[in-house]
Amino acid sequence: MNELAPPRQILDQDWRRILQFGSLCALTLVFIALIGMPVQLDTRILIRRHLSLGYLSLIWIPMIMGYLVSKELVLEGIISAKKGPRDLLAGALTGMIGGAGLSLLAVLINNFDLRDPLLNWSPQTLEQLNFGNGIGFGIGIWLLIGGALGIFGSALHVLPALTAKAVGVALMTVALVSILETAITDLLEGFRLTFITDSLYAKRGGLSVVSTIVLVVFVALVTVLAAGQGDALRVKYDALDAPRRKSANLTMSFAGVIALLLLPLFLGKIMNELLANVGLFVLLALGLNIVVGLAGILDLGYVAFFAVGGYTTAVLTSPNSPWISPELHFGIVILIVIVIAAMIGLAVGAPVIRMRGDYLAIVTLGFGEIIRLLFLSDWLSPYFGGAQGITNIPPVDLGFAEVKGSDPRSVFYLVLFFCAIAIYISWRLQGSRLGRAWMAIREDEKVAEAMGINTVNAKLMAFVVGAILASFSGAVFAAKVGSIFPSSFLILVSIIILVVVIVGGMGNITGVIVGAVVLIGVLGGPKQPGLLQELGTFKLLIYGALLVFMMLKRPEGLVPNARRSHELHQEEFLQDAWLKGIVDDDDEEVTA
Amino acid sequence: MKLSRRLLVLLSILLSFTLIAAACGDDDGGASASSLDDSLGLVTVGSGEEIQIRSLEAITGDVAFLGIPNERGTVLAIADYGPIGGHDVNMGTGLDDLCSADGGQAAAQTIVSDESVIGVIGTSCSGAATAAAPLIAQAGMVMISGSNTSPALTSDLQGTAGENWVAGYYRTAHNDLFQGEAAATFAYDELGIRNAAAIHDGDPYTNGLASAFKNAFEAKGGEVSGFTAVNKGDTDMVPVLTEVASGSPELIFFPIFEPEGDFIAQQVGGVAGLEGVTLMAADGLLNDNYLGLPESAGMYFSGPDVRYGENTNESTGKTANDFLAAYEAAYGEVPSAPFWAHSYDATVLLLDAIKASSAEDGDSLVISRAGVREYLNGVTNFSGLIGSLSCDAFGDCGSQKITVIQDTDPTDVEGAKNNVVFEFAP
Amino acid sequence: MTAVGVRSTRRVSWVDRFLTTLRIVLIALIVVGLLAFIAQQIDNDNAFARRRNPGATGLTAAQVKGLFVTGVAQGAMYGLIALGYSMVYGVLGFINFAHGEVFMLGTMSGFIASTKLSDAGYWESNFIGSFLLIILIAILVSTATAVVMERVAYRPLRDSPRLIPLITSIGVSFFIQNAVLGLFGPNSKSYPQLPEWLAKNRTILTFDIPGTKIMVLVVAAVSMAGLWWVVERTKTGKAMRAVAEDKEIAALMGINVDRTIVLTFAIGGAMAGIGGILWGLSFRSVTHLTGFLPGIKAFTAAVVGGVGNLGGSMAGGVALGTAESLGPQVILEPLGVKGVSQLRDAVAFTALVVVLLFKPAGLFGERLSEDDRA
Repeated sequence: MNELAPPRQILDQDWRRILQFGSLCALTLVFIALIGMPVQLDTRILIRRHLSLGYLSLIWIPMIMGYLVSKELVLEGIISAKKGPRDLLAGALTGMIGGAGLSLLAVLINNFDLRDPLLNWSPQTLEQLNFGNGIGFGIGIWLLIGGALGIFGSALHVLPALTAKAVGVALMTVALVSILETAITDLLEGFRLTFITDSLYAKRGGLSVVSTIVLVVFVALVTVLAAGQGDALRVKYDALDAPRRKSANLTMSFAGVIALLLLPLFLGKIMNELLANVGLFVLLALGLNIVVGLAGILDLGYVAFFAVGGYTTAVLTSPNSPWISPELHFGIVILIVIVIAAMIGLAVGAPVIRMRGDYLAIVTLGFGEIIRLLFLSDWLSPYFGGAQGITNIPPVDLGFAEVKGSDPRSVFYLVLFFCAIAIYISWRLQGSRLGRAWMAIREDEKVAEAMGINTVNAKLMAFVVGAILASFSGAVFAAKVGSIFPSSFLILVSIIILVVVIVGGMGNITGVIVGAVVLIGVLGGPKQPGLLQELGTFKLLIYGALLVFMMLKRPEGLVPNARRSHELHQEEFLQDAWLKGIVDDDDEEVTA
Repeated sequence: MKLSRRLLVLLSILLSFTLIAAACGDDDGGASASSLDDSLGLVTVGSGEEIQIRSLEAITGDVAFLGIPNERGTVLAIADYGPIGGHDVNMGTGLDDLCSADGGQAAAQTIVSDESVIGVIGTSCSGAATAAAPLIAQAGMVMISGSNTSPALTSDLQGTAGENWVAGYYRTAHNDLFQGEAAATFAYDELGIRNAAAIHDGDPYTNGLASAFKNAFEAKGGEVSGFTAVNKGDTDMVPVLTEVASGSPELIFFPIFEPEGDFIAQQVGGVAGLEGVTLMAADGLLNDNYLGLPESAGMYFSGPDVRYGENTNESTGKTANDFLAAYEAAYGEVPSAPFWAHSYDATVLLLDAIKASSAEDGDSLVISRAGVREYLNGVTNFSGLIGSLSCDAFGDCGSQKITVIQDTDPTDVEGAKNNVVFEFAP
Repeated sequence: MTAVGVRSTRRVSWVDRFLTTLRIVLIALIVVGLLAFIAQQIDNDNAFARRRNPGATGLTAAQVKGLFVTGVAQGAMYGLIALGYSMVYGVLGFINFAHGEVFMLGTMSGFIASTKLSDAGYWESNFIGSFLLIILIAILVSTATAVVMERVAYRPLRDSPRLIPLITSIGVSFFIQNAVLGLFGPNSKSYPQLPEWLAKNRTILTFDIPGTKIMVLVVAAVSMAGLWWVVERTKTGKAMRAVAEDKEIAALMGINVDRTIVLTFAIGGAMAGIGGILWGLSFRSVTHLTGFLPGIKAFTAAVVGGVGNLGGSMAGGVALGTAESLGPQVILEPLGVKGVSQLRDAVAFTALVVVLLFKPAGLFGERLSEDDRA
């Protein structure tokens, strides 16, 4: 860092860049205001009397833009110049342009009526933008806020690294603690630590000002004090020799499992319900991971197997099933579910596996819809209930306990059991002969076939294993909800499962689990509320934006599979290697 | 091994800590109750605290047109009612049932995890209620819906409980069986139709209503020559209309929603064999936008009696017109579905029940959960916005009066709503 | 064709036997259904027609013609959307799932423009002028969306594995759909009434056709012809074909690959825009979900016709539209299935499976580079 060029003059700006980021900032702000986020999310208070989720949806933009505009440009591995006041100005200007965008919007709303097509061109939006203080106030305040936030964002580059980190971590913590209020309250209540929540949050929700300040100071201090500790631990871990590292890993996973088993005991219904839903999606995602991640078959109709599992369970256990109602025990039902799912997997798989990747995608999507439509149809309603679904699916009787929807904790344990099976199967399969065959097919099908792999059988096996795992999830889902309707099995579900797999990290068990926890747990599933339940209608918008962002910036997912990551970043690795002066192509060395 | 030992120590500390915490469990005990029935537990609302109820409606997705006015009906009812025993009533943030069983269940878990909640107004969709009602009822709370109509949730009106009925579930909306019968009676007796067809859209509600119509019409001796469905999202209705046209019906009953309902009205003219057919829809299309469509001229609509007009809610003293004025002032639009009135009355019933089954204990208020149910079970001839309400043994409290209106002039929507051509009440 | 057709010479596996059986069963069902339909048309009371569907009443000739016309018109709109899928697939080799939203934005912008025109009274007084204006606006909006989409979301991913742009396009699709939901709200929006002279039925060759459907067919045919001329007869079109065949060699030949790809997106977007207006005028209603199902059907149509093959896409669209409008009542109903209209989409996807089982490259064969076929 010492060899950097001295800071440039304050007015020596890249004006084009500022204008670019500024207009992007303004456009984003106006867009957010017009889709109605500030107004609709205003009832959710984050910091009592000062900040609502609605305003938060606006103010983070200038901050990020200010940060980005003054981010160092790395050209050919050379950092442009030392950071200084010049960057603060750039940030301020960017933020102000953004603020000006909102001011302009306020003026336009005040003077023209475009409410006819634009729903949020409304007095409420105007009032929100003006802070209820008249148009003049609104215009001025947004210029100020924009500028201030822009400076703040860019200041993160100028401040010493440690300070910037402390500030950043503190802000993130405040944001998380206030946004995740329900979850934190529930968690702390479980541990009988209500005195913490009582002092942290104001009576009707939201942090109080005092607790915000205390939180910021506390977290910043901890960050400063703990700086370097994490790295030190990491270095220590890396220094361990292989057997010790293995035992350390083992201990950590053991601790993780214990924690996971004990945690639900201390959680309330909301959090357990959330965990159960996440578990159902983990199960689905693990199954799809085998199909897409390992065998490379893009199945867009995966929800069909979820539906088959659910309906099989409903027909065989519910006393209200319109066709046959043997009211079997869940344990027997699961065996039948396995057989039926495998058969459907074969029947759907056989016609499609010879098709090329994208044809396969659209055909499987079609099969998914066909199966849903059949369950929905009046034609088959004497068998599956049609639009009225099948209700009164009994709880799972385990002898010592009952798994039922009203007790989400029990559902979570049941899901956990199936997840454990799925993880074990995935893990064993990855290293097996079949798993290697899948990977070979994924890389190059023709070569795999030439190597003597029976590609047809291998791909069908992937379909079948995936189908069985999804049907487990369906079976538990049916027992959990207690009734089953075709509307739970829309195309959207298939797509969301795929998104979970891709965002988490395709081909990687941990990645898939992380993906489900992050997406389903935080944002929520197609019909399952997540921690950010308040987002409501904006959930899918955020899903979409996140997906595009992920694919552009980190296509290998949150927890990447080493092999795939290499495929995706081959060129970058080579470039890095060239820059670092490592000329040979050994991937191992480059990534290290 | 150093690392792992340290971890073990950490883990054991954590474990013992949690165990101790768990051991020091709560023993709040019951509040010193007076003569209140505590068989389902008592709820004590402390000094300065609020009475908690919840709203659970389909406020997002394609049924939001129904759920949003319902939620607003509850909000306005709470405001009109005022405090009970010096305690304000708090609805919290409006919850979303997502119009599905899974959504209803998840939201119900959120509700029951807060033990201070007395009752829930909702759900919008019967499917959500099947999953939510058992949870709510089990927690000793009550649930009153303003727009569930499925017979399975209450009874078949002959004294047999529906398969999804649970004690603690009530509704102010009518029972589907009624509306199906009303529509069939009108078509058969009043219009003299002998051959009809029914179209639903795969939604449990529309499917149930179309089936009820079919059964009632056939019981009267008529022939239902076509019973089929469209899918949500379909636009081209010529195939489905041709399908029913092959049976040459004199009337098509399609109790579906927008926009599919619009397409049927627009495209029916172009299908051979359906010239001069009578169209009849239900409350799903009974809104200002649809009544204003030029193609809806001459159509019949069955549904609850929407001539709320000067009906007065006896507890708040407000009329439906007062409500509509307040609604427009607050939200800048007219309600997009007629069940706001049912939600309003449902909320008032709940608040009345709370008032009747609570006792003041110093500054705090003690509410008996069993008392709330007892009160609701005994509601007779309560005058509400929708008319007279009486609860039967299975929670059907609504005024079971169904009317059929005819839209004679799409340019006069209010006139159409008041143009009642048939009334049906048992 | 080669990559799909030729397989290693191994003994016949059970999968092949299963597929052969499946082919036979599907064909048998179609044939029996058709025969029963014909039988019931000839005489409702004959034993063959009564066998599976005792309540059969048959259709009148006018009804069958009506089904056919509505299927063709619907199919023409699928075809217009399918062109965009097909062209992008031909050039970049991935399914652009967001193309359905490009179409929806065309319909939506047409709705906004037409209601504003109607408010100003121009819609009634000069319909032809308004019609051209809203088509122009829809084309502009759809084209701009497609081009921006390519620039922001797809260009940076040009060289990544094909799953990545596919997932990105799903993200773009979610985003656009829900942005429109946020901006314009969830209610379905109605186009203004069409003038009487356009909407009234006309009789052509004994077919009684609603005016809107004639308009759909004429506009679709004109657009298709225009597109064919651009692709086959202009230099730009030649460049597009060259890029579709092999990007690297095309670049060596001095073709600006980036520009050509943008152009492909733009033309696909324009076709979707035209399709959007036709959709809006035919059904007079639009919501944020309008693009979803037609988008999926259009890609199905492109596959049915043969991806990369423009004529094939259009023909595939018409074939799919006809199949889903006639199929339920001509094949399923005589087989004794109840409530067949509910199974329309199922029929469409089954048609896709049937076509691919017999002709893996679509009805008219695909036109793709060797690379994309792998």
